[in-house]
Amino acid sequence: MVSEKVLLSGHIIDSLILPKVLDEITDLGGTFAIEEIHVGRTRRDTSRACIEVSATSRDRLERILERIKRQGAVSVEPGEVKLVRAPRDGVLPEGFYSSTNLQTDVQFKGRWIRVRNPEMDCAVVVDTKARRAATVPMSDVRKGDRVVVGEQGVRVLPEKRAEETDEFRFMRSRTSSEKPKEIMIHEIAAQMKSAKRRGGKILVVGGPAIVHTGAGRYLERLIRKGFVDVLFAGNALAVHDVEYALFETSLGIYLDRGQSAEGGHGHHVRAINAIRAAGGLRRAVSKGILKKGVMYTCVREKVPFVLAGSIRDDGPLPEVITDAIEAQRAMRRYLKGVRFALMVATTLHSIAVGNLLPASVRTVCVDINPSVVTKLIDRGSFQAAGLVTDAELFLRELSQTLTGS
Amino acid sequence: MKQDSTELLMCSPEHYGIHYVINPWMKLSRPSDPQRSLAQWTALHEILERLAGTVHVIAPASGLPDMVFTANAGLPVGERFFLSRFRHEQRQHESPHFRKWFEARGFDIVEFPEDVYFEGAGDALFLGPTLFAGYRYRSDIRAHTLIAEQQGIQVLSLELADRRFYHLDTCFAPLNGESALYYPKAFDPYARQVIEANVEDAIAVPAEEALRFVCNAVVIGRNVVIHQDCPRTCKELTARGFGVHETDLSEFIKAGGSAKCLTLQIR
Repeated sequence: MVSEKVLLSGHIIDSLILPKVLDEITDLGGTFAIEEIHVGRTRRDTSRACIEVSATSRDRLERILERIKRQGAVSVEPGEVKLVRAPRDGVLPEGFYSSTNLQTDVQFKGRWIRVRNPEMDCAVVVDTKARRAATVPMSDVRKGDRVVVGEQGVRVLPEKRAEETDEFRFMRSRTSSEKPKEIMIHEIAAQMKSAKRRGGKILVVGGPAIVHTGAGRYLERLIRKGFVDVLFAGNALAVHDVEYALFETSLGIYLDRGQSAEGGHGHHVRAINAIRAAGGLRRAVSKGILKKGVMYTCVREKVPFVLAGSIRDDGPLPEVITDAIEAQRAMRRYLKGVRFALMVATTLHSIAVGNLLPASVRTVCVDINPSVVTKLIDRGSFQAAGLVTDAELFLRELSQTLTGS
Repeated sequence: MKQDSTELLMCSPEHYGIHYVINPWMKLSRPSDPQRSLAQWTALHEILERLAGTVHVIAPASGLPDMVFTANAGLPVGERFFLSRFRHEQRQHESPHFRKWFEARGFDIVEFPEDVYFEGAGDALFLGPTLFAGYRYRSDIRAHTLIAEQQGIQVLSLELADRRFYHLDTCFAPLNGESALYYPKAFDPYARQVIEANVEDAIAVPAEEALRFVCNAVVIGRNVVIHQDCPRTCKELTARGFGVHETDLSEFIKAGGSAKCLTLQIR
């Protein structure tokens, strides 16, 4: 919902201007709340009403405001945004405005300027010379940056909900395991195609279960067919993928037979060592050591990947970024142009990436555990739709729908 | 018959003509005839001289063809003169002339803020103590609130709904405290309701006579001066005891104005 307050004054009751304005708001699909009304006591006295007008989109609200402006409804000015300089590097001024992942505008020098890179829990920094505003994570704020303080002069423009666009018909409600999966996967496929058609990028965030369940080959196929523009994962996905490429096992289990390999429990560390010896995944591919798998396909197809480290990691692989702040920065760099995010079988990475994504990015979270999607939504990524299913089943069906194989 | 208290302001049509297009009536391909215009204006002036106490005439200015329509100069209320802020640039240069004229006669000039348009008695007509005011095409509804608050009077705002009737005085004419002529289709449904609820005797005029500007009537006491050939409305008026004076104003209708537009009642 987007809202704006307007003031209406004059003989608005005798002239039927108030009922007309309220009718016009509802006729154009908006809603209203009369915040304050003062009715003149005699015929000669004028009346005034303060009305909050709301609509589901900025466009619709503007249409309503334009129409009721003719009836004399004037916007109650929101006032200029307040800016205070950051006292130190990485420290925000008292009372700083904490951003949402929604499209946001700030009123600066009498004009609304759009805040770049919507991301939740950041500061909004205004470049007063260039008249630009952008979200900046706390750690990247520099001393002297002009930071938005308080709510004045800030407006947030919520996303259209899926109901409005009639996309994701089956994914409207909360996550449930009791839904027709095939239809939902077809819808996801249609969404991915539509994102590509509109020149958007597709981000895949994956967990190691993709490899454990034997779904790696389907992800490879999606990468080869151009349905993955960037891959975010942790050390584990890459490690088990390489383990499979070098030893045919994942966590020591032969993926084709389901049997455990002798000494298989050490395969993943041997795989890490091999890649470290080669100087990293890219070098391992160019040297012919790594010849298949998800990471191999990414390198071959020049699909960028960001591997973010964690405290549980073995190794890690040389490409893994172990500084969490650096990893966030690397991910932010690749988020530009992403219109669709597919998160498969990873709780922590899904939530971490969800925190960085603007709400305008269509997000689908697939997990065998329904609580993952719930967690993602509860942490603010309310644009996410969930699908409770096994990674292998999902990726197989998706790859078949998108690539025909 | 003479109503001595009524004072009108007119402007002779030496510079009148169709030199630009700012309403659906004006067509550069259909110019007005200067001689006929002068003859029609003079005939109207003579009728009004007979009926009204005083008819003032302001000197016309070259390059201001519409200055002849003095109804749009502003709105005199008591000792105040709400000076028009014309929507169209072409007419904005008339305001200094009218301001000078009213200032010279001791009126307090009230100006509207820059973005609030108001076209005078063309869009504001008293019916008893209540000011009926039109808006949308030329005047801004916010002007109504300013007048209501400045004067402490009731102003009923009426939204116009047909571009051919771009000023209130083209589709609404108060006759006395309780009667008024109006053309219903020139108003939006809310405005029609307001008229019906606040005018005891609202006389709806037929479309063909509305298009002959029958509502653009000058009312002086029991006399109504209108453009000719509006038999049905004439009948309504005579039935109510009004004396009807018809006169040919076809040259001015080409610019979208008639009897009322050519006059401004000062008192």
